[in-house]
Amino acid sequence: MRLLKLVPDDTNIKFLKWRVPFYIVSCLLIAASWALVLTKGLNYGVDFAGGQEIAGTFTGEQEAPIPELRDTLSQLDYGEPVIQRFGEANQVSIRVRLPDSAEGDPAAANRISEEIIRTVTAAHPDFRVDSNNTVSGKVSGEFREKSVYALIFAMLAISVYIWIRFEWQFGIGALFALFHDVSLTLGMFALFQMEFSLQIIAAILAIIGYSLNDTIVVYDRIRENLKKFRKMPLPELLDLSVNETLARTVMTSLTLLVALIPLLLFGPESLFGLVAAITLGIFVGTYSSVYMAAPILIWLGVKSDSFVPQESVAERQERKARGEI
Amino acid sequence: MLDFPLWRKIFLRGITLLLAALALPSILSLAGAGNLDPVDGPEVNLGLDLAGGSHILLEAQPSQVAQQRLEVMEESVRDAMREATPRIGIGDVSTADGRLSFMLENSSDIDRAREELLPLINGTGVVQEWNLAVMDGNRIVLTQTERGLEQAVTDAMDSATEVVRRRIDALGTREPTIIRQGDTRIVVQVPGLADPQALKNLLGQTARLEFKLVDPNALPSDVQQGIANPGSEILPYAASSDFAGQNIAVRRLGGIRGDSLTGAQQTVDPQTNEPVVSIQFDPQGGAKFAQLTTQNVNRPFAIILDDEVLSAPNINEPILGGGAQISGGFTTETANNLAIALRSGALPVDLAVIEERTVGPDLGRDSIVKGAYAMAIGSLLVILLMIVTYGRFGVYATGALVLNVLMILGIMALMNTTLTLPGIAGFVLTIGAAVDANVLINERIREERKRGRRIVAAVEVGYKEASRAIYDANITNFIAGVLLFLFGSGPVRGFAVVLIIGLFTSVFTAVTLTRMWVAGWLRKKRPSELHI
Repeated sequence: MRLLKLVPDDTNIKFLKWRVPFYIVSCLLIAASWALVLTKGLNYGVDFAGGQEIAGTFTGEQEAPIPELRDTLSQLDYGEPVIQRFGEANQVSIRVRLPDSAEGDPAAANRISEEIIRTVTAAHPDFRVDSNNTVSGKVSGEFREKSVYALIFAMLAISVYIWIRFEWQFGIGALFALFHDVSLTLGMFALFQMEFSLQIIAAILAIIGYSLNDTIVVYDRIRENLKKFRKMPLPELLDLSVNETLARTVMTSLTLLVALIPLLLFGPESLFGLVAAITLGIFVGTYSSVYMAAPILIWLGVKSDSFVPQESVAERQERKARGEI
Repeated sequence: MLDFPLWRKIFLRGITLLLAALALPSILSLAGAGNLDPVDGPEVNLGLDLAGGSHILLEAQPSQVAQQRLEVMEESVRDAMREATPRIGIGDVSTADGRLSFMLENSSDIDRAREELLPLINGTGVVQEWNLAVMDGNRIVLTQTERGLEQAVTDAMDSATEVVRRRIDALGTREPTIIRQGDTRIVVQVPGLADPQALKNLLGQTARLEFKLVDPNALPSDVQQGIANPGSEILPYAASSDFAGQNIAVRRLGGIRGDSLTGAQQTVDPQTNEPVVSIQFDPQGGAKFAQLTTQNVNRPFAIILDDEVLSAPNINEPILGGGAQISGGFTTETANNLAIALRSGALPVDLAVIEERTVGPDLGRDSIVKGAYAMAIGSLLVILLMIVTYGRFGVYATGALVLNVLMILGIMALMNTTLTLPGIAGFVLTIGAAVDANVLINERIREERKRGRRIVAAVEVGYKEASRAIYDANITNFIAGVLLFLFGSGPVRGFAVVLIIGLFTSVFTAVTLTRMWVAGWLRKKRPSELHI
């Protein structure tokens, strides 16, 4: 039986040869992402901005009367409603942001949502509400705050664990790689103004988890090789480690993509944003493990005796002092 | 390493089978589209985003509780001073700035007043509810203590939760979940609800019914401008009443609260043929109502619901029977809703809907079908890829993967957790982690073989060396999952739950189980060649 081999044996790709230009590009990308997030801003969905998102079906029609709907709802004076097709041709999603004046009034979001449903149903008695998400300003503010905490604490706690299990340089490397992944994902969402919701926070955490898997696999191999090849220069050793784990990296990324792409193509509409973000994160996460997490070890000065038990270092020095090899 | 004693094999197989079997009722009920229930046993709950239904978050304002306590205190203080012997004269009563202050007409009464007030400020519980201060020798200022107010808010929320439960039960919905959340919130979850609007209307209604005398001295022009005489207040007519848009002046104190009701029904007024709500008082409330109506025959009194006047009929004769009729431009439906609301008791505080998530049953079902379909395709592709890449070891990995999914479902059923839409994404990620573990192991075995190790040694080293990275990766992900659960909310939590359970089961199936299978095969067949 011939088995499939995706990566040939004994690859020797010089990944780290390009580490400086890649690092520069990545740092520029991180800076650009934050610039985008700060200037253009994220397109907050109902979860984070407050307001309502109502999905419904015009049961008696082939096609949803979107322009007419837009006219009707603009007259309500809650700013410009976002009305899009959602699923079938006769299904729409209506999104209305909470007006700034309603930020402090807890009951406002619900009142506006009721008014919208009443208005649409009055003009189109065949309108059926399929889903309704209404979030008041207070709750959306809490969601924003909680999500920021969840992201920051998760990243810090992970780094501390890696610092304990490996060395401090590895902890910083992992933190930097995760920061890279989160920044680029946020930047992407800001650039394309994709809707940023609570589900996307879940996606970002999934990306962090995946990227971390990659980083740990590479780090574990680096640690092993540091013990094995004490004399090998660090850049060479890192290249070796990445090459040795390359088959695994490709295979794992591929299986995950194979599982995610059907979900992207045939899965429920409501999962699209989440799955799209995770799919994107697989690429970003793999890249960051190789080009962000590994090279930083060179600059942070990992020593080849980092993982040799302390006694043996002492013993070795003693031996050297005695003139033995 | 490859040595599995019998007891260990029995234990591993037993626990796998047990947890996988626990998944069966859930799978059968999902496949049976929820209309048949072939196997009894714990099942995975479907989140409202999958099953359809409404999630409503209600919130009360503590400031409202404070305001109400202040009003009750004012009336208690007036009563206490009046009933004291001899009577203690007070004046210049004010409830501004969240505190009650009043002046004694005679400053020598100060010690007697303090004594009368003592039971009021100490309250019934263990905490002191009010602070008393004397200013300028004859002005008494009462402020609420923080703990007293906290206690009052807690009590109000407890009884509000009860009232919400009674109202939802009256709607006849099945299996609602009603939980207090934090200090001032109540979560209501109702699966498969046809009309969420009716539910919201019912919950949004405080149903605080009051009867107050109309102020006969108020000038119509003042009333329309919102100017009240001392001791009176201006209230608007309800939108449904005949005088919608107008105001009316009523006496602030001395009315009757409708919290002593024993019943309320929607009926029809035989004279006007319009829907009305008839109510019954308990004996105490009935006596008070009789007294009020006897003393005020031929004067109008206002029927007030949630600070809006429904109607202000004349008292034609004393009402002694302990019952009354509320009219005010009702339809049959609004009268019926009001009857339900009154029957289940008034909410001690207004509750505002601050978050609503409703999913129609069709959309939920659609999501499950699409999600399951997409996951089936994805799983088949993953299995195919694993088998063509790793041969026999790919088959083991596939077996581990299937058991992994079953075990997650089984544990979720056992813990009675809820599967949400993001939870499905958590499944995908878990499967990814499980696949990754097998890939790591198998690649390592390949590597060790290439280095010339013998078969058993290669497998042994492969498992040992790969496990280190697998454990590190899973523990860090576990940390992330726990933080996600603690700080996340709503859908993020649903994701975290599956992720955390999945981390344990994926390590168990992908590392421990496959090792047992591989060891069994190696011992039995003693292969001379390893296709991997």
